[in-house]
Amino acid sequence: MSQVPIHPGLFTLPGDPRGPRLLAARCPSCAGLHFPAGETCPYCGTDGCREEAIGAEGRLWLWTAVRTAPPGYRGPVPYGFGVVDLPEGLRIVSRLASAEVERLREGQAVDLVIEPLFTNDAGDEVLSFAYAPREAR
Amino acid sequence: MKGGRAVHVAGVGLHPFGRFDGKDVTRLGQHAVREALAEAGVGRGGFGAAFCGTVYTGVAAGHKVLSGLGLSGVPIVNVEAGCASGGAALSLGAAAIASGQHDRVLVFGMEKMPRGIIRSSFFPPWCEEAGLSPAPAYFALRARRLMLESGVTREHLARVSVKNHANGVDNPFAMFRKPFTTEQVLASQVVCDPLTLYMLCSPNEGAAAVVLSCEPGPVGPPVRVLASVLRSHRPGSVLGEHTPMSGLPGAEPPTPTETAAREAWEQAGIDPRDLDLAEVQDTDSGREILSVEELGLCERGGGGRFVEDGVGERTGRLPVNPSGGLLSKGEPLGASALGQVVELAWQLRGSAGPRQVEGARLALGHTVGRGANASVVVLGR
Repeated sequence: MSQVPIHPGLFTLPGDPRGPRLLAARCPSCAGLHFPAGETCPYCGTDGCREEAIGAEGRLWLWTAVRTAPPGYRGPVPYGFGVVDLPEGLRIVSRLASAEVERLREGQAVDLVIEPLFTNDAGDEVLSFAYAPREAR
Repeated sequence: MKGGRAVHVAGVGLHPFGRFDGKDVTRLGQHAVREALAEAGVGRGGFGAAFCGTVYTGVAAGHKVLSGLGLSGVPIVNVEAGCASGGAALSLGAAAIASGQHDRVLVFGMEKMPRGIIRSSFFPPWCEEAGLSPAPAYFALRARRLMLESGVTREHLARVSVKNHANGVDNPFAMFRKPFTTEQVLASQVVCDPLTLYMLCSPNEGAAAVVLSCEPGPVGPPVRVLASVLRSHRPGSVLGEHTPMSGLPGAEPPTPTETAAREAWEQAGIDPRDLDLAEVQDTDSGREILSVEELGLCERGGGGRFVEDGVGERTGRLPVNPSGGLLSKGEPLGASALGQVVELAWQLRGSAGPRQVEGARLALGHTVGRGANASVVVLGR
């Protein structure tokens, strides 16, 4: 069984020497980071943003849990969902590896995990990203 | 409106909000359009343009409504701006009157929403596959923030739902007309913590229409559109209805509701403290509290206190969603903003029946959603 990313260019793949990272991009003009990486800065419109691998860890800001599979979702329920602040200067919306909302709190340390979310029709494991509460692991 | 001719609401029409199997969206729209035109005493040739707000209806939605009534021939503009679609259509219509381009226009909105969690063509498929698209989860994150920063409790969230459902009992155009207790709201199924089922509105079906004119209409005391403003988001915030996947920590650009509200007070030449009632976006209980904060109806961070003090109750200083809001009416996207305008026109005419806010002279309508788009409308008499 092979592993494929849910979408190209979002995160590093297993075995990458950089470890689990999100592939964001930084603006050469305003220095703002954005994700997923694009050529043009969404904050100031400058072209030539350059990829930066970031987000190995962060701090949880907001969280909830999704209990019913939304349209198109192919992973298990319930799953955690939240906003994580990364020390590089990016605030990101992400799946959380824990859906135990009563154990989550503001400012909690979380680590990036790149893990299989579902198996696609070709039999490949599809990798996606999530942040895992450090205490819960 | 400021800098232009007066814009009057000369006629209104409303198809109830609910589920109407076997009745297509074109017929829903025609129901509201016929009523509004009849009230305004306007027929074919009586309006110079038509603006139709809808999201899920597809190609030439407004054309189909007017073709079926023998009313085509004028410019018909179909407008999509998410939950603010009707507000967007109204702003175009009001500008056409204020500027003198037309003396009378027809503005309507309609929707027949798919059932269940709303699927949107907004997200790329991989976002849906990865679980990053569910609307109620974004609502829940905003509600969580209110709990962290605005002193909002689960009981406050429940109380908003209790208030709106109680108001909806008196609204024959609402889908849900049953009161709930705080305990019942809190005990209903958890959808996305902290939001429970009864704290969320249901997508549904309905239509609303208004005739705007440079002169007062034949029914009731004259009601004027003092402001009709549409704004989109500025980049940076992850919590906006444009639902980006990332933003900048600490970046708090003014939200589209805030920028629309500021422009609306300016356009109308009013102080928002003088408002007598407000119909605001309440897709979920938390959204109503956030709307109140963003509109400046209370201070930022004061949302919990606003609910605690009962300011928005029907008997409070500023009744919020006396119609029952989307929580009791349900949300037909293209019709929701104009549904507010119809309700507010009735309130200002003094014909809102058991929902009447006594002596209402200045009223606010607000919608915000996908895009992001926010619409703020001020009506007065």
